[in-house]
Amino acid sequence: MEKLVKNEEAVEQAPILPVHNKNKKNRNKKWLQPQENIPHKLYLTVSVSSVVLLFAVWSLLTYSGLVDPLFLPTPTEIIYSGMVLFTEFGFIHDITITVYRVLAGFSIAVIIGLPLGILMGTFKVVEAFFEPTISAIRYMPASAFIPLFILWIGVGELEKITIIFVGTFFSLVLMTAVEVANVRRELLEAAYTLGRSNFSVLLSVILPASIPGIMEIIRLILGWAWSYIIVAELVASSSGIGSLILESQRMLKTGNIIFGILTIGVLGLLSDLILKVSIRKMFPWHYGR
Amino acid sequence: MKTMTNPKVQIDNVTKVFSGHKKNSPVLALDTTSLTVMPNEFITILGPSGCGKSTLLRIVAGLEEQTEGHIYLDGNEISGPSSNRGMVFQAYSLFPWLTVEENIQFGLKNSQMSPAQRKEVVQNYIELVRLNGFEKHYPRQLSGGMQQRVAIARALANDPDILLLDEPFGALDNQTRTLMQELLLEIWEKSNKTILFITHDVEESIFLANRVIVMTSRPGRIKADIPIDLHYPRPYNIKVDHRFLAYKEQLTELIREESLKAMMEVK
Ligand SMILES: Nc1ncnc2c1ncn2[C@@H]1O[C@H](COP(=O)(O)OP(=O)(O)OP(=O)(O)O)[C@@H](O)[C@H]1O
Ligand SMILES: [Mg+2]
Repeated sequence: MEKLVKNEEAVEQAPILPVHNKNKKNRNKKWLQPQENIPHKLYLTVSVSSVVLLFAVWSLLTYSGLVDPLFLPTPTEIIYSGMVLFTEFGFIHDITITVYRVLAGFSIAVIIGLPLGILMGTFKVVEAFFEPTISAIRYMPASAFIPLFILWIGVGELEKITIIFVGTFFSLVLMTAVEVANVRRELLEAAYTLGRSNFSVLLSVILPASIPGIMEIIRLILGWAWSYIIVAELVASSSGIGSLILESQRMLKTGNIIFGILTIGVLGLLSDLILKVSIRKMFPWHYGR
Repeated sequence: MKTMTNPKVQIDNVTKVFSGHKKNSPVLALDTTSLTVMPNEFITILGPSGCGKSTLLRIVAGLEEQTEGHIYLDGNEISGPSSNRGMVFQAYSLFPWLTVEENIQFGLKNSQMSPAQRKEVVQNYIELVRLNGFEKHYPRQLSGGMQQRVAIARALANDPDILLLDEPFGALDNQTRTLMQELLLEIWEKSNKTILFITHDVEESIFLANRVIVMTSRPGRIKADIPIDLHYPRPYNIKVDHRFLAYKEQLTELIREESLKAMMEVK
């Protein structure tokens, strides 16, 4: 609703050309205006400079010897650690196994969770049945279940995948249900007066109306999966990025720890970017004009 | 027109009570309302805000269930919504994921038509509401008036006997509104549809209707039923005709009484 209203305003504003020209004159003041877009170049410059600044502070602290390299190695040392990890310790294998665990656990959560969430958001009976249990479990931290899962299913792949599943499934179901329940009534009513049946409305209105929101939920929760996998791999694991981080700590290889953390960051960022771009490609009617 | 034809719609002693939620007490929105609508009539419904106009229309559409009374369509009692009663909502009821032509086609999907026939029907209605060139646009790429034209075309494409419109032009500026009124009249004169049209605007109610229904403030009842004896087609400048102005004075007075009553009640 809100989005639609915003757009209505945009529709009205677009053709007023003189206002645009006026804005051009004051362009350099635009960054002081709340929520106003700034030129793309300026945005990029500011973004890049923040990264450069961080890097500069880091280099200053480490190359000057102000900080003990045991606590924080220099950038060159970290790059070196990374190269050694890849060439001598088969780091690519750890990355593969970690990615596999995240994707497996999260896919299962999506495959079961989406239909359940959609049904809960559509039919109050289904909601009444599942809501209490799912809401309760949602607030139990998945990491606290690890000892229990090890007891039940051992320390193999299944245990890691289960942790990802438990960490993402319940929130995914509830958030999907809310998204689906928020589909505007007028849309359903319009479909009814156009001759559609209850079942047909689920497929032809509720699903298409809520799918972009659901994809955004998936994107958000996939981000959580990356932190759950590290916790899972820190406990009783002999492979994966998390276990490498733990081992490096025992051997005081700070460079490896930091390289491992950076790798997780890059993986998370990459998966988020892929989803973000594909969502925008898939639903052009929802984003932009 | 007033031969021995049977009524198209019969609203028979309909009452609607909205049961209150928690602390709120129940609301009597409609109080024993009866109205007989003949085929091919264009009826506008006027009334102060909150008097139950939308409720009445939604009950006729089958989207809301009356607490008491009956609604008959061609002599048969209605149960639930159906494609023979098309509805145009106040705003934002287009499917945002469908283009203009897909929106208009939405109701045709479960008809017996071949894809080619469907395409032809859609093209007809796009031309009727003058949206040529916008077939592939999404609703958010259209202005408010264009969106309402699509909504009207979508309802018409299904070929309903009855068209229910709930303040469809409420959000439009005066010029667009006038054009839309003329367009709707033109469409109605070409077809044999029966129209129930809700509005706040006295001028609009006279310009369009062959009968204006005035409702009382809440609980809504029918206060007056005024036939508009002006010939169709009605040119735009009929709005300054002395007979038009006489209707306008009469209706404004009726509405004023009700609005005052509603105000007193609040005090
Ligand atoms: N779903 C609902 N639940 C409870 N009360 C409702 C509901 N819908 C309407 N009402 C009440 O019924 C009364 C009539 O509402 P309705 O929407 O029919 O008014 P209206 O004549 O269309 O007003 P407006 O001109 O402002 O659109 C109002 O007092 C409103 O509070
Ligand atoms: Mg209303």
